[in-house]
Amino acid sequence: MNAAEPMLSIQGLTVSYDGIAAVKGISFDALPGEIVAIVGANGAGKTSTLRAISGLTPWGGSIVYQGESLRGVAVHQIVERGIAHVPEGRAIFGDFTVMENLRLASWVCRSRPVLWQAMERVFTLFPRLKDRREQSAGTLSGGEQQMLALSRALLASPKLLLLDEPSMGLAPLVVRDIFRVLVEINRAGTTILLIEQNAYQGLRIANRAHVLETGSIVLSGRGSELMQDQRVKDAYLGG
Amino acid sequence: MLYVLQQTLNALQLGSIYALIALGYTLVYSILRMINFAHGDIFMVGGFVCFAAATYLQLPFAVTLLLAMGCTAILGAGLERLAYRPLRDAPRVSAVITALGCGIFLEHFVLWLSPYPQHVPALLQNQTWSLGGLSVSSIQTAIVAIAVALMLVLDFIVQRTMLGLAMRGISMDMKAVALMGVPVDLVISSTFAFGAALGGAAGVLYSLAYPVVDPYMGVLMGWKAFIAAVLGGIGHIRGAVLGGFLLGAVEILVTAFLPSTYRDLTVFTLLLMLLIVRPHGILGRPTLQKV
Repeated sequence: MNAAEPMLSIQGLTVSYDGIAAVKGISFDALPGEIVAIVGANGAGKTSTLRAISGLTPWGGSIVYQGESLRGVAVHQIVERGIAHVPEGRAIFGDFTVMENLRLASWVCRSRPVLWQAMERVFTLFPRLKDRREQSAGTLSGGEQQMLALSRALLASPKLLLLDEPSMGLAPLVVRDIFRVLVEINRAGTTILLIEQNAYQGLRIANRAHVLETGSIVLSGRGSELMQDQRVKDAYLGG
Repeated sequence: MLYVLQQTLNALQLGSIYALIALGYTLVYSILRMINFAHGDIFMVGGFVCFAAATYLQLPFAVTLLLAMGCTAILGAGLERLAYRPLRDAPRVSAVITALGCGIFLEHFVLWLSPYPQHVPALLQNQTWSLGGLSVSSIQTAIVAIAVALMLVLDFIVQRTMLGLAMRGISMDMKAVALMGVPVDLVISSTFAFGAALGGAAGVLYSLAYPVVDPYMGVLMGWKAFIAAVLGGIGHIRGAVLGGFLLGAVEILVTAFLPSTYRDLTVFTLLLMLLIVRPHGILGRPTLQKV
């Protein structure tokens, strides 16, 4: 693939629930190796955008991934093609142990060597999960649950990682740790599309970012530029 | 004492058939939160496949059992694909009503093929052993042994395989399982197939013990097995087994001491009473409604 060609290209994306439009025709793309952040308030349409890309909700417009439209592609096939999604609220299986969560996520691993390599990587990134692998996932702390959710996504060896509010409900120190790991994952070659209410963290690590307000993109630019933008400062960074 | 032992054997035989059927209800409920009310009629179809295989094809018993399980597995997965999957996002009550309709369809489809009750030829040579006054028949032994073996196979699949892990995952959060790259529809089809195959096997085992099949035989058996599943805690696999054996024991107990016409009254009364004390069944636990 040509490096300048976007890995993910979204044109005129719409998502509605019962006739109410949540996403009103947004367009953006993500180049290979980039971190793209979408920031915005609650209800701006951020989660709907990610759910559309993963095939969890019907959508209009066009979503093209690696040159192919994702229209009509089933959720599990999208994962197989290399898009992993860490959903809102992390969605870990609370009654399963850490290891069972990881085993289920290893469904897409084609061979045992690939699985071992992926497990090895996950436990290197998050040694704490290795210590707790027989523990019930519901008893993990919020930060550990986020690590587990990220680990499950990484087991699919994704080319594109979709993250829905990785900082949600976490203490600032834990958020810093998680974002440090995200940058590490990105440097190892995974493109990241990140949505955040915590605009500061999202913009800090993003190459490019978009501000979403009631279903439309109102501002786009480099992450560092948006952090300096007066409108963003007023609305999302607490002045 | 001997009498009690003898009745215990009878209870085990009846209970193992209830337990097999109850597993089908509970498997489907655990992943889709839906009661597949056509399941009793799948049991009936299992009985008829057994009748046809034994009468027209004269197949050996083991092949008959596998054939009945195979046919009902395809039937169960087919019902899911054609009737329930289009309603996956509809209110649960729509799926339940559809299931009732599917059951009535199956009954009348079989009625059209075979309007009269049919006698199933002896599938196994029956031998009765006398153990110190206790008479144990080979059929009774076969029914309990096959039922328990099938339950162990199911337990292995659910607890030890990737497919079972995915099934248990779906019972917690279907969308999250899909995001792990698991083909959720395939897992749901397999669950229906497993449940239906157990129901079909129960139909064969039932025909061993009571060798007459008729198109409505699944109605009452289905309701009772459903009760067994609820007694044990619906959605709970070991609960279904426990509920099945418990129901078998209660029925045998009632018929031992009361006129047999009181049997069904007692069973349904028991269910209602137990549900007052334990609304989630014996092994079930209250589920928190997610907000």
